[in-house]
Amino acid sequence: MNFTLHIWRQKNTESNGQFVTYHVNDIDSDTSFLEMLDQLNEDLIEKGEDCVVFDYDCREGICGTCSLVINGHPHGEKKATTTCQLYMRDYADQSELWIEPWRAKSFPIVKDLAVKREAFDRIIQSGGFISTSVGSAPEANSQLVNKDDADCAFDSAICIGCGACVAVCPNASASLFVAAKINHFQRLPQGKIESTKRAERMINQMEQEGFGSCSNHRHCETVCPKEISVSNIAAMNKIL
Amino acid sequence: MHNLDSNVPTGPLENRWEKHKFDLSLIAPQNRKKYNIIVIGTGLAGASLCATLGEAGYNVQSFCYNDSPRRAHSIAAQGGVNASKNYQNDGDSTWRLFYDTIKGGDFRARESNIYRLAQLSCNIIDQAVSQGVPFAREYSGYLANRSFGGTQVSRTFYARGQTGQQLLLGAYSSMSKEIASGKVSHKSRCEMLEVIIIDGKARGIVVRDLITGEISSHLADCVVMCTGGYSNAYYLSTNAKGCNTSATWRAHKNGAYFANPSFTQIHPTCVPPTGDSQSKLTLMSESLRNDGRIWAPKNIEDCDKNPNDIQEEDRDYFLERMYPAFANLVPRDIASRALKGICDEGRGVGSVVNNQRLGVYLDFSSVIQKIGSEKVKEKYGNLFDMYESITGENPYEVPMKIYPAPHYTMGGLWVDYNLMTTIDGLFACGEANFSDHGANRLGASALMQGLADGYFVAPQTVANYLAKGTFEEITHDHPEVISSVESVKNRIERLMNAPDPKHSPDYFHRKIGSILWTSCGMARDKDSLKKAIKSIEQIKIDFWNNIKVTGNDKDFNQTLEKAGRVADFIELGHLMCVDALDREESCGAHARLEYLAESGDAMRDDENFGYVAAWEFNDNKPTLHKENLDFEFIKPTYRDYK
Repeated sequence: MNFTLHIWRQKNTESNGQFVTYHVNDIDSDTSFLEMLDQLNEDLIEKGEDCVVFDYDCREGICGTCSLVINGHPHGEKKATTTCQLYMRDYADQSELWIEPWRAKSFPIVKDLAVKREAFDRIIQSGGFISTSVGSAPEANSQLVNKDDADCAFDSAICIGCGACVAVCPNASASLFVAAKINHFQRLPQGKIESTKRAERMINQMEQEGFGSCSNHRHCETVCPKEISVSNIAAMNKIL
Repeated sequence: MHNLDSNVPTGPLENRWEKHKFDLSLIAPQNRKKYNIIVIGTGLAGASLCATLGEAGYNVQSFCYNDSPRRAHSIAAQGGVNASKNYQNDGDSTWRLFYDTIKGGDFRARESNIYRLAQLSCNIIDQAVSQGVPFAREYSGYLANRSFGGTQVSRTFYARGQTGQQLLLGAYSSMSKEIASGKVSHKSRCEMLEVIIIDGKARGIVVRDLITGEISSHLADCVVMCTGGYSNAYYLSTNAKGCNTSATWRAHKNGAYFANPSFTQIHPTCVPPTGDSQSKLTLMSESLRNDGRIWAPKNIEDCDKNPNDIQEEDRDYFLERMYPAFANLVPRDIASRALKGICDEGRGVGSVVNNQRLGVYLDFSSVIQKIGSEKVKEKYGNLFDMYESITGENPYEVPMKIYPAPHYTMGGLWVDYNLMTTIDGLFACGEANFSDHGANRLGASALMQGLADGYFVAPQTVANYLAKGTFEEITHDHPEVISSVESVKNRIERLMNAPDPKHSPDYFHRKIGSILWTSCGMARDKDSLKKAIKSIEQIKIDFWNNIKVTGNDKDFNQTLEKAGRVADFIELGHLMCVDALDREESCGAHARLEYLAESGDAMRDDENFGYVAAWEFNDNKPTLHKENLDFEFIKPTYRDYK
């Protein structure tokens, strides 16, 4: 398979970027999307050029590091999938690919396709935890948790913090990310105690980081690789 | 010369950790703020340690190479975490978890360490639950358990197939709480490239900011490495692409002994590689072997046929044939070795990679026939979906293909009972150390060890070290600090400006990986190891002559990052082979082909090899130090899976 790639290249946060066109040839259909970019980078090294920077780590869809907008879709068009889990056979009918970084003021581009997502870490630091300390935990079965609550908490807790929800949102809102964490803890008896304070702090931090508000476009739910539901946002709004 | 004293306490096994904790010195709460501790890595061990030390009141500086501490590779662990709670009333106990773990490691680990691990396992579950880790529960609201990795009791706690993720996010949230409180300062996208040693004590590190390329020194009273394992030495592994040995290898080159480097675990149920561009392998849960039947074609000419067209009598259910008692459920190492053997015979299936088909079938047709595809879906739905998304094949209709892949490294920095390396003030926790898994790791015990080290062991032993020592103030213009920074800069200079730049880092990484896979994987022998050692010495020379790194070193440069890591993998790979050559026995996860029983079973040699091999760095001629393993409480036994 042969592809024409238009890749966003940008030297650093301060400089302006632009699309640069590359061609990759003889790509096997079982090659993953990121392996296709690896091959492009091998070609660039061969030519003595600086490689395209893109974020990746586990390459099995769980670490949340990879982050590309492909032909306008964060993590590509395929549902419930991270970029690292895309394969070139999924692109058989699209020989021209536009590859961009996440675009949001709160996720500044550091180079080419990589962005800084420390705003997410700061939101968690503002209150995305249960204030327990090591050593003070009671026997695990001393507090029972309704199975439905535990399952719902899990469904929210599987967020991988990739930021696709922000990248796709017209307001660059982090509501789904924040709501998932709030709802995860709120559903559990051990997390419920702090839930109002937690929600206030996290939402406040989200606003300070420059993320927009939710205006119910629901695109976040569509692109979320872990299919986290927007009902989390409704639940968050009820807490306040 | 360091004395390999493991500092193991004496007395009854059950009381050792308690007694040791009492003997350790403490630091009063109001004095803790005077001490600075560096923690490298934010996986289960690192994040849990940062959180605990921060809560206690120490000043912690944390570093990771990822763009957020939440992304460390602990996040990918699927199966679960063991704890001897005995909630299922099936006869579990601290003693049984201890015994299973030491036996699983084929009697190549310390009794005292493992007993402590088993004791602490229950506290880990309590701690995680209090943090809001959403473990699976019964309708009654009680925690659920499952049996995992062939154990006879149900002691594994799990959060669907994402236990590692949930435990890591729990530790990350606690660590985040301490970052907010100001006790922990954290820097992401930073790679540790040197340990600073002053007057024989680890007093700091040199890191490279991966975005700006800036090299800086960071000073403290002690340093803890929680930097994970080195399966990526094999190039293709189930580890995240960034996992590397650079931190542990820097420590080793500065004097920390490296223990049992050849003890690596190869996992049998991974999605096979499909071509030369393959960048990593994906693990599928071992639970698939509970219902899937593993087979390969009897005849080489059938290997490229549609498996559904191969008649029953032309299929070789080789594990059932070779190990009738345990059949498809034989331990990981035995399954992996048998699988590779079939492919080496030329009876593999699937894509041809390097002139060989790498895969065998894992077939669910008989269980689908027996219980129906709906029931199978309930049990394995998410795994089948994952397989289909990677391969594009539907395992309900076509048998899955599997092939072994490096997954975990039991070897690591040698540490004593206090988790301190042979360098004073340099500690190693989690997969980065060698301490608890012997020659093979049982399922669901990696998470347990990382968290036991980080939440419960290191916080006590690090405090003791600080309480007992005196730490003169050091400034960034200390000659040792300057020379460490210089050595990092020189190395980067050499990577950027090889005399005859020809090949990319991946080119060399694939080369070293393929040598290690062939000669230092599941099965080893003297001749091939000797050859491998020679080849690696040549690769090392070629690397420094021909490595080609494009771009700029004062910039975000992933090619440069990779080059530095590959350089270390090459040197570590050499040591792995040297260690494998020294160990003239088959034990745990590996087989030395000259030392197998006639039946093909592993033949351990306790008399001559009942030791931990701790290697001191000495370029191509490492020096062996031994820690003899005494078994005071249990009697080593032999496995028999026939």
